[in-house]
Amino acid sequence: MANAKPRIKVPKTAAAGDVIKIKSLVSHIMESGQRKDKDGNVIPRMIINQFECTFNGEPVFSCDIDPAIAANPFIEFRARVQESGTFAFKWVDDDGTVIEAAKSIEVS
Amino acid sequence: MNLNRRQFITTAAGLAAAICGQQAFAKAEDVEAAIKAIAGDAEVGTGGGLKLNTPEIAENGNSVPVSVTVDSPMTEDSYVESVALFADGNPRPEVVSFNFTPASGEAFAATRMRLAKTQNIVAVAKMSDGSIVSETRNVKVTIGGCGG
Repeated sequence: MANAKPRIKVPKTAAAGDVIKIKSLVSHIMESGQRKDKDGNVIPRMIINQFECTFNGEPVFSCDIDPAIAANPFIEFRARVQESGTFAFKWVDDDGTVIEAAKSIEVS
Repeated sequence: MNLNRRQFITTAAGLAAAICGQQAFAKAEDVEAAIKAIAGDAEVGTGGGLKLNTPEIAENGNSVPVSVTVDSPMTEDSYVESVALFADGNPRPEVVSFNFTPASGEAFAATRMRLAKTQNIVAVAKMSDGSIVSETRNVKVTIGGCGG
């Protein structure tokens, strides 16, 4: 289930043209759909299946996520920044729940 | 993260069976089919600046770090569109597909995956010029994502 509280690491400042590191972590059980409960019934799949990062509205990076990604999905990637602005992050669950977060950066 | 350590360990232990299942594991053909779906008619090469990083031995199959990087200028004219990961010994081969844009700056991505047992991980990179390269690495899993 998504009790999710995302944690994101983005540098506060950068120089124009820099490639920065972004790390993201969100709490989510990522129920794979492979487990059974004690009565032998399959516990239905419930995972985050999509992650997207945009900067000032433009796409930067995204992932199509499958049940083989570990619980509490950790995703690290890069972004080249040319100007100041805001990164928007979005995680989408199988049930349509959307988790969003944002981080600003000052680029000189 | 607000998930405290005890909760996390309990959840992780409970999820030790997360990747196991009542159904059969993936076969090599499943991985090949998945790769063909990406490559289409293009030939799948090796090299191309692709590097797949996995541990030689994963102590805990529930959380195995993995990263990919492709040496690419990441400009509009030449960039990496995507890198997909497959696990040939899991119930299903798909792990994740990382989708890049030139704004990514570098074709690098890292995450953590669940592996049911010792198996091969295959990375398939698709470039903006349509070329495809792949790399395969074996990961030994001591405690499987199936609790042993």
